[in-house]
Amino acid sequence: MGLLDKQFTDDNIIITKVEDVLNWARLSSLWQMGFGLACCAIEMMATSASHYDFDRFGVIPRPSPRQSDVIIISGTVTLKMAIRIKRLYEQMPDPKYVISMGSCSNCGGPYWEHGYHVLKGVDRVIPVDVYVPGCPPRPEALLEGLLKLQEKIRNESLVKKTA
Amino acid sequence: MKTTEEIFNLLKEKFGESIIEFKTGVPVEDFIVVNPFEIDKVCTFLRDTDSYQFNNLMNLSGVDDANGKKITGEQGEVKLEGRTFSLFYHLESMSLKQKVTLAVRMPGENPEVSSVSEIWRSADWHEREAFDMFGIKFLNHPDLRRILMPYDWEAGYPLRKDYKNPEFYQGMKVPY
Amino acid sequence: MPVKTEEMILNMGPQHPSTHGVLRLELLLEGEIIKGVKPHIGYLHRCFEKHAEAMTYPQVIPYVDRLDYLSSMYNEFGYVTAVEKLLGIEVPQRVEYIRVIMGELQRIASHLVAIGTYGADLGAFTPFLFAFRDREKILSLFEITCGARLLYNYIWIGGLSHDLHPDFVRLAREFIPYFRPKIKEMNDLLSYNKIFVERTANVGILPPETAINFGVSGPNLRGSGLKWDLRRNDPYSVYDKFDFNIPVGEGRMGTVGDCWDRYFVRILEMEESLKIIEQALDQLPEGDVTSAIPKRVKPPIGQVYARVENPRGELGYFIISDGSVNPFRVKVRAPSFISLSVMDELCRGHMIADVIAILGSIDIVLGEIDR
Repeated sequence: MGLLDKQFTDDNIIITKVEDVLNWARLSSLWQMGFGLACCAIEMMATSASHYDFDRFGVIPRPSPRQSDVIIISGTVTLKMAIRIKRLYEQMPDPKYVISMGSCSNCGGPYWEHGYHVLKGVDRVIPVDVYVPGCPPRPEALLEGLLKLQEKIRNESLVKKTA
Repeated sequence: MKTTEEIFNLLKEKFGESIIEFKTGVPVEDFIVVNPFEIDKVCTFLRDTDSYQFNNLMNLSGVDDANGKKITGEQGEVKLEGRTFSLFYHLESMSLKQKVTLAVRMPGENPEVSSVSEIWRSADWHEREAFDMFGIKFLNHPDLRRILMPYDWEAGYPLRKDYKNPEFYQGMKVPY
Repeated sequence: MPVKTEEMILNMGPQHPSTHGVLRLELLLEGEIIKGVKPHIGYLHRCFEKHAEAMTYPQVIPYVDRLDYLSSMYNEFGYVTAVEKLLGIEVPQRVEYIRVIMGELQRIASHLVAIGTYGADLGAFTPFLFAFRDREKILSLFEITCGARLLYNYIWIGGLSHDLHPDFVRLAREFIPYFRPKIKEMNDLLSYNKIFVERTANVGILPPETAINFGVSGPNLRGSGLKWDLRRNDPYSVYDKFDFNIPVGEGRMGTVGDCWDRYFVRILEMEESLKIIEQALDQLPEGDVTSAIPKRVKPPIGQVYARVENPRGELGYFIISDGSVNPFRVKVRAPSFISLSVMDELCRGHMIADVIAILGSIDIVLGEIDR
C-alpha cells in the first residue's frame, strides 16, 4: 500500500498539510485518456501493457475525456484533428494535464517543413505541461515524463498560483 | 501471358484512335496511353474478355507532369501553359498472372477523365484521392469528395507542383 | 405491418477506443441495424507523398517507416525493392536473407498487435497483455540489431545500415522454441473461446469475388478462402527458397470469410513465419552487407511499380524518376486503405456491436491509410 502501511503499531495521528494530501492523492491516480494518434500510440500501448506496466503509477486508461485527468498527445497532430483535440481537452474536468509525447506533437517532428496538413506543435491549440522528446520516445521516456508531471503536481498549491 | 506490346496491338485493332501510343524503352515499365474519355470502355473490355481477365486494379495514381511553360501575367501571377496531368492504372489478372499498365494524359486547365469505379470498386477511393491531391475530375464517379484533406480546405490541391500552403487554417497557423 | 423506426446517423470516432487510431465512421442506423457506413479518413494525413518529392531517395526511408508503424521493416523492404528495381542493382545474398528474417519477425510482431487489440476490442483484455509480452521479445531482437524499438531505418537501398549483432542468430534461434507454445496458448485463451467465437463467427462475411473487386489483399483476402500470397504468387527477394504453407480461411466456426477466419489466418501465419525464419537462419550466408550500397542514388528516367506482401496485404510503391536525386512522384498503394473501403459492404445488416468486430478483423493502421 505504500508509505503509511505497517509503520505504526497503534492508532495514530498524522499531521500534514491539506495541500500535501490533496496533491499526493491527485498525483497517485492520474487517469489517462486512452487516446492514440499515431506511431507514439503504439509505444504508449506498450507502456501500459505488460513489461512496462503504467498501472504501477496509478495510470489507468479511460475511454472518456470526462473521466480523465491527463491526456497524452501521442503522435502527429494534423489540422483536421487539432480541432477535435481542442474539443476533447475542453471536455476534461479540471484539474487537467497534458503530456505531449514525441517530436511530432512537440514541434511537428520530421513533418515540420513540408507538412502542409500537420500542426507544428500541439501547444498551438492546447497548453502542454510536459514535453517528452523522441521519435518515438521509448516507454522509459514516457515514464520519466509522467514522473516529471507528478513532480509538478506535488508542488502545486491551493492558494498560490502555479503556472 | 501476353506482353504489353501484344496487348497494345490487340487493343489498337479493337479501339482504334482511342489507344494513343505505346511507350517503351524507359526502364522497368512499358505502358499504353489511352484517351481519357475512353478509358472506362477499354477497362471494361480488359476485365471481361476471357483472354485478359484483368480482375484486379492494383494501383491508380495521379501525377502532375510539371511540364508546362511558365508565363507571367500582367499582375505578376505565374501561370503554367500547356501543363498536363497523368493517371496511371496498374492492372493485374490474378488468374492468368499477367500485368499491364495504362496511362491517360489530361490538359492542365480542365483535367477530366472517365471514372472506372464501376468496373473495380477499389478505384473509388483511389480516384477520390487523385481528386483530392490533384483536382482531377472523374466523370460519373458516385461520390467525388475530398478524402484526406478537410472538406473545407480551400487552398487548392496539395500535390500539384505549384501548390502554395495557406498561412492560416481555421485560426491555426500552418507554416512552422 | 412491421414497425419501422426512423433512420439515425451515429458518429463513431475520431476519438474512440476501438477505431485503432483516428478513424471516423458515420453509421446510418435503423434501430440497431446498420444501413450504411461512411468512413471519414484523413485525420492522420501527414503528407508523405509531398515529403517524398522533396527528399533524396535514401532520405525517404525514415518517412516510409512511419507509414505503417506496426510493420516498419516491411515498409522499408518494399520501398528498397522498388528503388533497386529502378536502379537495376543486385544485392548480396546475405542482405536478402536478413531482410526476410526481419520482415517475418515484423510480421509476427504486427499480427500479435492485431490479435491482442482485437481481443481487447471484444472485451478480452488478457490476450492483449499476453501478445504484448511476446512482442517485447521481438522488439528486443530489433533493438540489438539497429537500436530502435519501433521505427528502424535499418534496410537501406542496396544493403543494410549495418550487419547483425553477433548474438542475434543465437537469440533468434532461442525465440522460435519460446514462441511456438505461445501460439497454442493464444488459441486456448482466445481463438476457441466460446464468447469470442460467438462474437466473430458468421459476422462480416466477405465473399472472394467482392474481395477481389475491391482489391482487398493479404490475410483479409486469404480469410475469404483464396490462396493468394505475393511471397508465393509473385516472388520477390529470396522467398522462393523457403518451404511454407499459405493458410486460408476454411469456415471452421461459421462461414468462409467471416471475422473469425480472418483472425485465424493471422494466427496460422505466425506459425508459417516461424518456419521461414528457422530456414533462413539455417541458410544464412556470410558476406558483406554494405558492399552494394550505392554512393549516390540517381536512378535513370523511368517508372516502376513494385509490391511486397506486407503483414496487412499488398503494399505497392509506384515511383517515377526524372533522373535527379529526388523522386518525382511516389505513390503508396496501402493495403489498409483498400481494406477499409470494403467496410460499408461488410457492415450492412449487422448490429452496431459488430462494427467493432469487423473493423478489428480487417486490421487497419491509420498511418498508411492517411499517409
